Amino acid sequence: MSELKKIPTREGFGVEIAALGHENPDLLVVDIDIGKSCKTGQFRKELPGQYINVGIAEQNGAGVAAGLATCGKIPFVVTYAVFGSLRICEMIRQEICYPNLNVKIACSHGGVTPANDGASHQSIEDMGVLRTLPNMTVIMPADYNAARKLVRAAANTYGPMYLRFTRDAMPQVYGEDVEFTIGKAHQIQDGKDIAIIANGDTVSIAMEAARELETQGISVRLLDMHTIKPLDVEAVTACVNDIGRIITVEDHNIINGLGSAVCEVAAEMGKGIVKRVGIQDQYGQSAPYERLLAMNGITAGNIVRIAKELL
Amino acid sequence: MKQTIPELKKTATEMRMKVIDMIYKAQSGHPGGSLSAADFVTACYFYDMRVDPADPRWPDRDRMILSKGHVCPIQYACLATLGYFPESELDTLRKEGSMLQGHPSMNKCPGIDISTGSLGQGLACGVGMAMAGKMDKKDYQVYVVVGDGEAQEGEIWEAANTAHKYQLDNLVVFLDINNLQLDGTTDEVMPNGDLGRKFDAFGWEVLELDGHSMEEIVAALDKCRASKNGKPKCLAARTVKGKGVSYMENVCGWHGIAPNKEQYEQAMAELRAQLNG
Repeated sequence: MSELKKIPTREGFGVEIAALGHENPDLLVVDIDIGKSCKTGQFRKELPGQYINVGIAEQNGAGVAAGLATCGKIPFVVTYAVFGSLRICEMIRQEICYPNLNVKIACSHGGVTPANDGASHQSIEDMGVLRTLPNMTVIMPADYNAARKLVRAAANTYGPMYLRFTRDAMPQVYGEDVEFTIGKAHQIQDGKDIAIIANGDTVSIAMEAARELETQGISVRLLDMHTIKPLDVEAVTACVNDIGRIITVEDHNIINGLGSAVCEVAAEMGKGIVKRVGIQDQYGQSAPYERLLAMNGITAGNIVRIAKELL
Repeated sequence: MKQTIPELKKTATEMRMKVIDMIYKAQSGHPGGSLSAADFVTACYFYDMRVDPADPRWPDRDRMILSKGHVCPIQYACLATLGYFPESELDTLRKEGSMLQGHPSMNKCPGIDISTGSLGQGLACGVGMAMAGKMDKKDYQVYVVVGDGEAQEGEIWEAANTAHKYQLDNLVVFLDINNLQLDGTTDEVMPNGDLGRKFDAFGWEVLELDGHSMEEIVAALDKCRASKNGKPKCLAARTVKGKGVSYMENVCGWHGIAPNKEQYEQAMAELRAQLNG
């Protein structure tokens, strides 16, 4: 699989949202100026009647989308993750989540993937913050094909949703025929010694760690937890009961993201041990993507090391 | 459905009485702003708006958004009177389990078009609704009540830009310029300057009016309904916070407190006298 071309997951969003727009005239894009970067160009060109650009005005973008949704439209608000979550958090709460409107917030530049843009653009708190809003669904696809499938699933499922994509190119881990269900973990492989639960751009890193562990005779169950809310509690419970040793991996602060969500399940069960790999509660800098991950221990080598400590 | 101007004046006073009554019974709520917006909201519901109380989500209906959501008692009074829900519900304002939340909730109360309460957000929602109307080639109007204190929020101006770009002549803002906000006068807290001129600079059609003159309100609503000039409309209305109850008028302290028994009786007596006079 490593021979396949790397593609940013925002490209998957761009292709799929255009296809969906052709299928459903009520599906709209609400851009906040940075559509070119967020890959809405095809939609804009082919579906001008369903395309809105509110300019550099994120708060307004959220409110306009809410108003459109009350009239039966399915607006996708498109911006960068740090703006589409924290900058407009209270608008999402008041006008989208509280009234439970069918608005999707679709964001590129998730995690540290806008690597050389620096800390201002690296979104490490977004999924955790939005996870605390009632009615909200929070999703990060692992690759191009996952992005396409999960964007389609989001468009066809009622309710407020936050989708997070990568700016930088990511390895393709799935074929075109892969299928996902929102709120259900996607099991990449089964195993009995260690469970690794990853999402987004860290899935390929977790796969690399799993391959290394398998060569050392350690059997790994690997889950792609693309939806952190609603969390697939059943899948996490099974990991705790069947294996008991879990490593979570995410391109997000270790506080309040995937790792925290998994810990909540294990803690309430009163058993199992969870180790969290992710951003170490610190801001990044302008640097290569791989270096930023390494600074936070988000590497296959570190996952392997933690797995062996747990055994 | 359309009331005459004398009827509207009487109805506005009746709505004020219901506002005072429900806030007194709740011992909580925002009388000042509810009374300053009362004449406009009454004129909308009893003269101008095309709505169906039996079908609150009728897709072709006109929309009413209180961007300053805390003045919802005046909207609740109108909705109950029109039969959206029984008038007895007004006695449940702000009580546990009530459809009449302290700030309006679209999923609890029939006739509420969007949930509001956090200032500055309602205009953007109105822009979205007006845009959807244009897309779907429907001829409904969208009304948004914005407070002058609220106009200090930046999102109001983001939305004003968008309404101009998309030529939303089906969008009407009622700018309730009562010169007071929670902490004092708007001039003390954060001077707004000439809000009408600001909207004009944003490309809106601005009509200045006395927000308590039913004649001027009705004329403005007629003008907005007839105008298809591609410009969103701003009714920059001079109003009096607490209008209709002498001791509340222009008194900042009546922003968000309920009258006691004595004050309630005085307010109701004054309003009753206006009704009969």
